[in-house]
Amino acid sequence: MRASRHAAPASLPIGSDADLAWVRQQVRQAAAELGFGLVQQTKLVTAASELARNTLVHGGGGHVEITPLDAGPSPGLRLAFVDAGPGIRDLDQAMTDGYTSGGGLGLGMSGAKRLVQEFEVDSRPGEGTRVTVTSWATVVPPTRPGS
Amino acid sequence: MQVSVSVSEENAEQEPPAQQVSAFLERRREQIAQRWADAALFRTVFTVSRDEAVEAGRSVAAALAAVAAAGRLDDIRASGFAAVRDQLGRMAASRGRMGIDADGLADEVAALREPVTDLLRAEFPDPCAPEAQECVLALTVLMGTLRLVVLETTVSAGEEVIARQREQLHEVATPVIKLWESTVAVPLIGTLDSARSQVVMESLLDAIVAERARFAILDITGVPTVDSLVAQHLMKTVAAARLMGAECIVSGIRPAIAQTIVQLGIDLGTVLTRASLADALAYALSRQGVEIAPLRAADAGAR
Amino acid sequence: MTGPSGNGPFGGPGFTVPVLRLGDILLVTLQGELHDGMAEQLQQDITDRIAHTRVTGVVIDISGVDIVDSFLGRVLAEIAAGAGLLAARTVLAGMRPAVAITLVELGLTLPGLRTALDVERAMELLTAGERQAEGSP
Repeated sequence: MRASRHAAPASLPIGSDADLAWVRQQVRQAAAELGFGLVQQTKLVTAASELARNTLVHGGGGHVEITPLDAGPSPGLRLAFVDAGPGIRDLDQAMTDGYTSGGGLGLGMSGAKRLVQEFEVDSRPGEGTRVTVTSWATVVPPTRPGS
Repeated sequence: MQVSVSVSEENAEQEPPAQQVSAFLERRREQIAQRWADAALFRTVFTVSRDEAVEAGRSVAAALAAVAAAGRLDDIRASGFAAVRDQLGRMAASRGRMGIDADGLADEVAALREPVTDLLRAEFPDPCAPEAQECVLALTVLMGTLRLVVLETTVSAGEEVIARQREQLHEVATPVIKLWESTVAVPLIGTLDSARSQVVMESLLDAIVAERARFAILDITGVPTVDSLVAQHLMKTVAAARLMGAECIVSGIRPAIAQTIVQLGIDLGTVLTRASLADALAYALSRQGVEIAPLRAADAGAR
Repeated sequence: MTGPSGNGPFGGPGFTVPVLRLGDILLVTLQGELHDGMAEQLQQDITDRIAHTRVTGVVIDISGVDIVDSFLGRVLAEIAAGAGLLAARTVLAGMRPAVAITLVELGLTLPGLRTALDVERAMELLTAGERQAEGSP
């Protein structure tokens, strides 16, 4: 059996516009290092941008934990966006296309969900929100027959 | 009293069969490897050099010794097997390509048991003594487990091949063709699943950039059925092409499929459709100011 | 074409978004990371610029942008809508395939926005549109 090997998660603060840009760059770099294709990278970075902005705008700032997952058959990247803000009062509503409480297009949560493979929200009113997303790189086995 | 003590001392001296088998495999590794090198399994894979076959035999014997030492004779997940899994996998894969099925391979692995069991029996002054019998039994269990490991490795190697072929099929089955200046087309043939739709979308969009295409035609003449998922993929592709500045046309919607689309209540709404690839091309050409007209009657008649 | 004029810096501090005026067309080139604040500033600046120069077309070149999220998508749509109110037409040029796929998946198809493969095609689209407009009664 393959030994399970988890690299230590990196934690980045989300407190300003510049932090959003930094999160996008770091997520892209981590995804590229794990062998994500360009489209997959772009989807994950975009999802990260949406969720980090939620953390900043609705959660009053927080941080993101970036965890590379390379124990399974294909590598993955897990991102957890954490804030100690007011929490999401109506989760179903927040997940609906077009619903917005922040003057955006209302695609942040529902759109981000469509860009990743796993999506999980843990929110408690008055305590904060933790949104965890995971994407797996689809990897073609590197060995070619006859090689 | 005295007797019972001496019995318990004797028991303490006598190692469990698994440990004895492990020691035997270590001690006689060279002889085992030499005998295995002549067995069908190794002989047919390492056709070039016998030394390679012997070396492969040594590493398998060493791995078995490690598994036996850990006392996990019947555990195909024993860590000792990890060392041979890779090698066995490669051997199995090369045999697989030669057209030997998993059963044949398992038989060849089974054939490794006899030479090693013979050697083990020879270790004991009395091969019929209970101690010898127990060791032979332990070795037999171990060799059975090896056989399972090989079978499992073969099967998973097969799965890998299938996954790889599926991936290659996705690439092969979606050629993007340049039909005219600024016009590209993908003739889709076969069932569109999610993964394939993704590949189609990506290769079409890449071709739009590469050919500076204004028009992209998705021809679904060869697609047997269109369900709501396929329709959704088509609409996504059309929307993405539009964002890039190209117009996408879906052609080849057969009457039966047109009915299904209507019955399913799928709204292709903004998607531009044409009955055939030819119609789609004619549309793309006319939009670019290109007209296809028959030659003048006189010229045509002269030929 | 009268050539570039007024290619002054736009955007936030330490960051410039090149904006060229080519005849009746404003060419805006977005590149790399665009902070939210800069995008909003740019929207304001472009609208002002259209009002002052009375250009009839705006080309936004995003070939150098590697992600468009819903925020930037909204800014782009609003630039186009604002330009429309000032009688200028906007063309979004050079969106990369990966960005297009992601935007569609995100649910943002920017229906009201004209698009072109690259800046050259965008210019063609705007000038052809002008000719059509002149030709129509």
